[in-house]
Amino acid sequence: MVLWLLIALPALAGGCLLVSGRRSDKAAAPLAIAAAAAMLGLAIATAVLRPSVEVGALEGIPAALAVDGLAAAAVLTVAAVFLAVVVFASADIGAGEARARFFGLMLLFVAAMLITVTSTGIFVLLASWEVMGAISYALIGYWWPDASKVRSATLAFITTRSADLGMYLAAGAALAGGAGGLRLAELAGMQGPWRDVALAGLALAALGKSAQLPFSFWLSHAMVGPSPVSALLHSATMVAAGGYLLLRIEPGLAATIWLGQVVAWVGALTALLLGAVAFAQRDLKQLLAASTCSQVGFIVLAAGVGSVSGGAAQFVAHAAVKSLLFLVAGAWLAALGTRDLAELRGVGRRYRVPGITFTIGALALGGIPLLSIWAAKDQILGAALQRSGPLYAVGLAAAVVSAAYAAKALAVVWGNPDQSSIDGQTAAGTVDGRRRRSVPVSGLLPLPVLAAAAVLLGVEALPSVGGWWEELLGQRVSPSPEPWELLLSGVLALAALAAVWWLQARRLATGDVDRTGSKADRVDATDGGAVLTGPGLLQNWLGLERAATVVITGPVMAFAVALARFDDRVLARGVGAAGALTLRSAHHINAVIEDGLTGSVGRISGAVRAMGRSARRPQTGLVHQYYAQAIVVLIVFAALFIVLR
Amino acid sequence: MLSLVVFLPVLVGLVLLLVPQRRRLLIAWTWIATAAVDLALIIALWIGYALNAGAIDHGAGGRGAIGALGYEENIAWMPSLGSGYHIGVDGLSLPLAAMTAVLFLACAIYSGRQEHRPRAHAALFLFLQSVSLGLFVSLDLILFFVFFDLSIVGMYFIIAVWGHGNAARSALQFFLYTFLGSLALLLGFLVLYLASDPHTFDIVELIRVDPLKNDPLLGGLALLAISVGLAVKTPTVPFHTWLPPAHTDAPAPGSVILAGVLLKMGTYGFIRIAMPILPDAWRTYAMVFVIVGVISVLYGALVAMAQTNFKRMVAYTSVNHMGYIILALGAVGILGGNSGPAATLAVTGAVTQMVSHGLLTGALFLLAGVLYDRGGTYEMSAYGGLADPAPRFAGLTAVAVFGSLGLPGLSGFIAEFQIFTGSLSAAPIPTALALLGILITAALLLHMLQRIFLGPAKGPQGAKLHDLQTREVLSVAPLLALAMLIGIFPRFLLDLIEPAAQTLIHLVAR
Repeated sequence: MVLWLLIALPALAGGCLLVSGRRSDKAAAPLAIAAAAAMLGLAIATAVLRPSVEVGALEGIPAALAVDGLAAAAVLTVAAVFLAVVVFASADIGAGEARARFFGLMLLFVAAMLITVTSTGIFVLLASWEVMGAISYALIGYWWPDASKVRSATLAFITTRSADLGMYLAAGAALAGGAGGLRLAELAGMQGPWRDVALAGLALAALGKSAQLPFSFWLSHAMVGPSPVSALLHSATMVAAGGYLLLRIEPGLAATIWLGQVVAWVGALTALLLGAVAFAQRDLKQLLAASTCSQVGFIVLAAGVGSVSGGAAQFVAHAAVKSLLFLVAGAWLAALGTRDLAELRGVGRRYRVPGITFTIGALALGGIPLLSIWAAKDQILGAALQRSGPLYAVGLAAAVVSAAYAAKALAVVWGNPDQSSIDGQTAAGTVDGRRRRSVPVSGLLPLPVLAAAAVLLGVEALPSVGGWWEELLGQRVSPSPEPWELLLSGVLALAALAAVWWLQARRLATGDVDRTGSKADRVDATDGGAVLTGPGLLQNWLGLERAATVVITGPVMAFAVALARFDDRVLARGVGAAGALTLRSAHHINAVIEDGLTGSVGRISGAVRAMGRSARRPQTGLVHQYYAQAIVVLIVFAALFIVLR
Repeated sequence: MLSLVVFLPVLVGLVLLLVPQRRRLLIAWTWIATAAVDLALIIALWIGYALNAGAIDHGAGGRGAIGALGYEENIAWMPSLGSGYHIGVDGLSLPLAAMTAVLFLACAIYSGRQEHRPRAHAALFLFLQSVSLGLFVSLDLILFFVFFDLSIVGMYFIIAVWGHGNAARSALQFFLYTFLGSLALLLGFLVLYLASDPHTFDIVELIRVDPLKNDPLLGGLALLAISVGLAVKTPTVPFHTWLPPAHTDAPAPGSVILAGVLLKMGTYGFIRIAMPILPDAWRTYAMVFVIVGVISVLYGALVAMAQTNFKRMVAYTSVNHMGYIILALGAVGILGGNSGPAATLAVTGAVTQMVSHGLLTGALFLLAGVLYDRGGTYEMSAYGGLADPAPRFAGLTAVAVFGSLGLPGLSGFIAEFQIFTGSLSAAPIPTALALLGILITAALLLHMLQRIFLGPAKGPQGAKLHDLQTREVLSVAPLLALAMLIGIFPRFLLDLIEPAAQTLIHLVAR
């Protein structure tokens, strides 16, 4: 009952808002906040009560939901982050916008996410999974009059759906392999190749959704959506859902062995490479997006090496940290009209609450000791070390890179305000077609709460409290990391943080010196020259999108056009030609046989009259007449045959 | 009762011909009322059938042939030929009959303002409704064939008289092509007739005796003839080329009936006639159907992607959607008897897809009609940003598009999920390839949405791009609401289909 309520509440509220349209624009935000608050209460109730429900859906395949430990952690996280995001959005998505559509979609989206994390079988999972993808399309393309935003939304949807095909495959494979009701819990126990197909399909879908390599590029495009959308999609939902699914099917990954290794390596490499991509970005939202891929990579790595509790801790910690950072970025975007790092210099000094909370979030993101992500990440790295040295090394390198990009953002945000660029703000009057304005205080309320969570969630690593965490999850304790591992990662993170901060601060300072007032230099500076970046390939998200266009989209489209031409010119025309041929043959037959037949009928009657006189009369020696006679005889025989039988 | 449902529309249509042409309102309302009453009657039949299903099921042991038939009527018609007026419904035909009635009602509402020869228009649609319902309830091959051909005749006049563009030529091509297909069908029926002893055209009887059990050659030939006939109507690649021009030049309600109802006559023929009467041949050549299905899925989707004309694009997606059905039915032939729930899922998914495609593509074609009404062209490049002047139009189209690309929460997902899940174990590689179909359709439909409805607003010169009128909303929205109902609460439909699906599997596996 609680579980039904938890899901039905946002689904119905969202549905009503969407159907009623702009009439309910005014009521939308209060309704969404009320719903989100109620959902948080319901989420707590489900975490305590651990309900499960099941109804019939398809032949032998029920629709079942249940809240176990892992789901409880996810449900709480989703509900809490959603409330924070909705409160911010009520201030950010101002009057005059299509608020009913926005909040309606957000509510539906979160309902789909809650179904995703509580589903126990592939059927319901796939349904909510795809709905989540479709609503993300609508949310990313929220400002649809801008064609480029719609293109980005389409690209995000198509990319994730291409990976979703794996889940359709998994459903069929699970049925073929005998997993009753397509239950996720039964996958690991299946025998034979179907088990591997089913799990590989699910893993593929998860990697696509969580923007792991090689699918990462869609997340860059997803950034064109409103800030609250980014904050929700890339923290506790959507992208995190992929990591969550992998944690859920971890026993299966472990059972196949090879798949666990593949998943672990994809996660580790994504964490490292997309971390480097994040470092290379000049745009704050792009930096955060790439860092999402990288951080979720640690969840994926955790699933691959069997550290479910570490992965879950990373899921929760990252959700708090990343929603915080995206909301701050959104507040600055609204206030300053820019998300370009070069133009955000010193923004922390001007906007204190966002500045301080951003700092806490960035430090946590960078894996600074005692903060949440550091604790979670070290659990995962500890488990990775037990599996493979190289895997651990890649993971550790990724952790260092995280500290580097966090430091870069921090150094810029706390840098000396560049007078020219602050003055120059007035130049950019609007952003995303909206008037620029400060986010009201009510919108900033969630920031300190999320910042506190980003700090405190680290306690789960403490041995005394860690037991409570594992009890909540109902997962066996994964071995806690050795002290030297904790120390090593902590020291490395701090060192990287300090080094990059120093480098970035110096670059900003020299940029100021270089700029002796000449206009050309100023243009260069606003172009991001003062911000540390990386090679073009990294700035460009490893060129993955270009590769997808060249290798897949382009050829498929060319093939489609060629097929369409074939269809028009060969198949359709072939039928036309056959028709014409028939017509010509008809004329021909008319000329040769029909006329002959008419003649022969006359002759036959004559022949009958003269039959007594001459039996040789029909033997005219003309072939077509013989033919016609044969036809007549055949028809008579057929008629006799039917009548007599 | 069932005969009344079938013939009520055509009787009203005949009476309507006596009404003066100028009384448009009376004609329109009579048509709407008739379609509504007919739908209500079918819903009553459905409820009655569902309530009695248990009772009929027990009786089925005695009949042993075709499962639970409801509202059966069997009157000698041409006893010397072994053909009778034999009709009845079961879980395969009742959903299609209901879908047919829904679509005709939607067309009646949409055509409320018909200006060109409204009386003949209404009468012809009412005639087509009787013919379509008659086909789905037929249990006799001759009866089936008569309705099959009459539907072609009716549709020919609708395209030729009320169509636009190159309507006469498209109509003729449609007529000749599908009529030729029906001759192949007739040939197959004759083989079945001659092979049975005593000779009969009765479907129930033919299923019971399985006439070509011991003659694989003749069985194969009969299946070939019947399948070619049905494949033309369905249509599958390579017999589909009549479809795009027919759709492009047909009036919107004509397209709705053509895609929603007439195409289903082909796929329905497979499950009603080809599979149960020729089970051995079906199992032998199952792989052929799987491959034809997959080719239709991919070919239809790819060619649709290259279209620039909205209506032609939707027409090609029909080829894609019908391909899934053929794939599933082929997979059932491979699975045979002891397959657990897989075969049931495949058949149930196929029937659900027939209903789902009718509703969603029906809605899309009505919306295409709205587009043509506003801008006078189907060319996608002529439009842009219609969501601004016409938000309801954009919203309903978006729902239809997402339904058509198989989004969960709408009927297409329930159908396609069952088809894929049920077919994979029988034909792993073809099914995996067919999965690409839902990706390609997603890409092309979203691309369409983007081009016509989103981005900056524009339209053809002189076009009045106003939003949907009440009449248009009332014709489209119920179709989408039904698709959503099936998508979220599918049990009411699946409860009806599943027992019939199991009977069919039983018959194919024997």
